[in-house]
Amino acid sequence: MVRLRAKQRGIGGFSSMSNGEKILRYALLLVVLAITVGPFLWQLSTSLKGLGEDVYTQTPRFLPAQPTLGNYGEVARTIPVWSYAVNSLIVAAVVVAGNAIGATLAGFALAKLRFRGGTLLLGAFMATLVLPSEVTIISQYVTVRSLGLADTLLGVALPGAIGMLNVLLMRTAFQAIPADVDAAAVVDGANAWQRLVHIGLPSVRGMLSVVVIFSFIGAWDDFLWPLIVLTDPSKYTLTVGLQYLNSTFGANPRLIAAGTMIAFLPIVAVFAALQRFFFRGVEEGAIKG
Amino acid sequence: MLPALVWLLVFNIWPSINTVVLAFTNAKPLGGGHFVGFDNFTRMLDDGQLADALVNSIVYMVICVPLLTFAPLLIAVLVEKKLPGIAFFRTAFYTPVVASAVVVALIWGWLLADRGLVNGLAQQLRVISEPLPFLTDRWLLLISAVSLTVWKGLGYYMIIYLSALGNVSAELHEAAAVDGAGPVRRFLAVTIPGVRRSMLLISILISVSALRVFSELYVLSGGTGGPGGRDTSMVMLIQMYSRGFSGHLGYASALSLVLFAVTIGPMLLLAWINRKAD
Repeated sequence: MVRLRAKQRGIGGFSSMSNGEKILRYALLLVVLAITVGPFLWQLSTSLKGLGEDVYTQTPRFLPAQPTLGNYGEVARTIPVWSYAVNSLIVAAVVVAGNAIGATLAGFALAKLRFRGGTLLLGAFMATLVLPSEVTIISQYVTVRSLGLADTLLGVALPGAIGMLNVLLMRTAFQAIPADVDAAAVVDGANAWQRLVHIGLPSVRGMLSVVVIFSFIGAWDDFLWPLIVLTDPSKYTLTVGLQYLNSTFGANPRLIAAGTMIAFLPIVAVFAALQRFFFRGVEEGAIKG
Repeated sequence: MLPALVWLLVFNIWPSINTVVLAFTNAKPLGGGHFVGFDNFTRMLDDGQLADALVNSIVYMVICVPLLTFAPLLIAVLVEKKLPGIAFFRTAFYTPVVASAVVVALIWGWLLADRGLVNGLAQQLRVISEPLPFLTDRWLLLISAVSLTVWKGLGYYMIIYLSALGNVSAELHEAAAVDGAGPVRRFLAVTIPGVRRSMLLISILISVSALRVFSELYVLSGGTGGPGGRDTSMVMLIQMYSRGFSGHLGYASALSLVLFAVTIGPMLLLAWINRKAD
């Protein structure tokens, strides 16, 4: 009898989850939420506190007494934070466009076109993944400098403009297209370009959006590479600029909080808007470690 | 195809070769570049900062690997069931991953400051009487950076586990439940064996990223490497030698080769274990 009931519960799945279990699950979810999101909220709160309010207080107030946007104006008078944001945006735009076009074309060629040395080339693309990017970062800097691009935004954007991992991801996506669909197109006289546009692209939209999301996040968040390439403070990207603000002007935590929010909120907005593509990809098993 | 090929050659293959070449020269950010044999490598033997960086990397690995192998699995099990609002929780738990390491390090720097939230609350609750020097003590700073890395990694590995949990057979869970196994028992007997391969992969990924740490330590120490420059990592040293008049690109390249040598270890281990399993 007991066995039977247990079996019914198992088949019923989550809909038959007991109320106690539901409450426990939500309680645990809220604890993890506080740990993961709490620090961001505290920073947001600090950024909205006016000069008259004691941010150091030992009895912390989570809601600002008199919320103000004054710190956002003040941080822009300390460092050119808005032009840093534009710099980050320029770098991200070049990287996203480069990957969307370059990785798609190369992924298609590797998956669907036969040419001499194709296998060797595929091996070369894969070999680059074993190498942590930090290992080659110095000679990459030397390369960028010899191209005359040291201390330029183009120098920051260019090396990541076609990511080798993205090429391989797009190749995997193109490979999932059944061979006979492609063969039929060839019989109908379609050339490579037509196959890419009419058969390829519509079926790899999911992977393409993952590539776009992650190129954007990667470029916007990157710190080490722009820190190495850029020396002129007027050309800094947001991440380098924030570190500059923190180490050079120190002091007022309200301003640093406002600066971090300027860097953080856009990326959260982008991710929140596109997260359903991302999690759909996860559920379909597209994102494997 | 052509653009990607150019990128492969110019920004991947050539720098790899050039790293090896530079490692045997005395190249400086401003000029230089003569062959110096193994000078850069013998110099490492007396480099106290490199020794500190290696110790810090080991501390990083020892703490991060167990924590980040298990905690994200528990969170993944928690968000696996499709309760109402679960999409919100999944997205929210992933937020620290999409935020820049600089942003989260600045946030943590404020939380852990002498007069920040953590010290304030702890003093309020009378846990401590004096603020703890999270950002100015050699070991506390390292532990703070490790905690930050763990916190930032939770969502990332949660997603990998979530993907893996989809492949754990629901029938096995049901069968175990029928046999009277409680949730804990089923977690140990069904879930963990089901995601065994992902656990292995994840612990290798964590080891490699622990060796590559940079932003957390750099930003929390304000770019200084902490008291006496002892809270440093291999990548911080590479960055340090890439700049300015005191820079030394040859030595930085030699350090890069050492970094490569230590990161390839965990990856070879993974390849070897996978081969044995097949």
